[in-house]
Amino acid sequence: MTAIVDYRAGNLTSVRLAFAAIGEAAAVTDDPAVISAADRVVFPGVGAAKSAMENLKRTGLIDSVRSAALSGRPFLGICLGMQILFEHSEEDGGVDTLGVFKGRVRRFPDRAGFKIPEIGWNQVHEKATGNDGQMKEFYFVHSYYAEIVPETVGVSEYAGVEFTAMVKRGRLWACQFHPEKSGRVGLALLKEWLAC
Amino acid sequence: MLTKRIIPCLDVIKGRVTKGVKFKNNIDLGDPIEMAIRYSEGGADELVFYDITASAEHRPIDIGMVEAVARAVRIPFAVGGGISSLADMERVILAGAEKVSVNSLAVRNPVVIAEGAKAFGAQCVVLGMDPVKSGKCPSGYEITTCGFRELTGMDAVEWAKRAVDLGAGEIVVNSVDADGTRGGFELEITKLIADAVSVPVVASGGAGNPEHFVTVFNDAHADAAIVAGMIHTGDYTIADIKSAMRSAGIPTRMSW
Repeated sequence: MTAIVDYRAGNLTSVRLAFAAIGEAAAVTDDPAVISAADRVVFPGVGAAKSAMENLKRTGLIDSVRSAALSGRPFLGICLGMQILFEHSEEDGGVDTLGVFKGRVRRFPDRAGFKIPEIGWNQVHEKATGNDGQMKEFYFVHSYYAEIVPETVGVSEYAGVEFTAMVKRGRLWACQFHPEKSGRVGLALLKEWLAC
Repeated sequence: MLTKRIIPCLDVIKGRVTKGVKFKNNIDLGDPIEMAIRYSEGGADELVFYDITASAEHRPIDIGMVEAVARAVRIPFAVGGGISSLADMERVILAGAEKVSVNSLAVRNPVVIAEGAKAFGAQCVVLGMDPVKSGKCPSGYEITTCGFRELTGMDAVEWAKRAVDLGAGEIVVNSVDADGTRGGFELEITKLIADAVSVPVVASGGAGNPEHFVTVFNDAHADAAIVAGMIHTGDYTIADIKSAMRSAGIPTRMSW
């Protein structure tokens, strides 16, 4: 069973519907027991890191989410759900986050010609190969980015900054972009994760 | 590189997509779900749906349609029309829309922008505005509401800045003067607003051929642009627009 963590951080409908589109009936849940028992855990999120952390604390989900991420079971963080896996976010004056990945989340610099948030389809290239032939476009919506870390596997670039578009440690995957809203390319990635 | 978005706009009346000129003389174009799928498979980067009579008829937006779109397509979409409260915004987002577009409501009650941004994140709250050329406002453009029917006396650029301060994550600039004409986007107001605010600006109204998109991205600094009549009627495809953009060196998503 695939569990989608509901911690009142944005809309989970698109994530659930994207899994449904590839034949996976995922359960949206805020029950720590269900998350602990799930074969696979999806940790989505849009909005702000600080209020998301407050929601996680209030709903008593911090430990179950961190444990699931570190369990070796397939885990997929999406957007804010990826950022919260890092150690710290600059958002709203700074907030410590789950620390599953070393590294920090920063705000894009103000640069002429670059609107914030970054909204739209941007290229992601594979960090290991630097192979432009492997470049794919995914849909991003974010004002903050995670710096590049050793586990970064996908890199994107905006406002003169190269940042982590995707990070992997075994079956723990997380992406800044929205695979659930990235058309066929996004669904292919979700299928790949379901098979990992 | 971040690509410039092409966003088909579907104006819906009573469950059917329609197209008129300056919100008048609407003709039936088809089923919104079928059209959403066709455009999604044809390279649309996003979609926007306006329930264009909901506001005037004082009824809520058609949530059943929003849910059906969310099931049918895997690209982002925004919904507007008939949004008159935070509760309306929440219904639309829970039904699966990425973004809610507020227009007349935000003019009457600007605090809804701040409330929406706080509840769902700024990226969910799109301010739609319908400016018209006017000598009464410093920028030369005045905000209209209720489908261009009412003048507000508000300056378009000042309103855009205020909306962003309140928390709007994106602004759709729909020119009353250009809407439905197919004579090209209104570059002046698009550029005034794109250069005045820190958030992405979507040009709307007047697209008639692929070169109009090249111009609005190059000369008016838009981050995205709305397309409607010229593809609804089959005169052009989204691929035609994107080919023109690519030829002009404008970043655009070419594989889907």
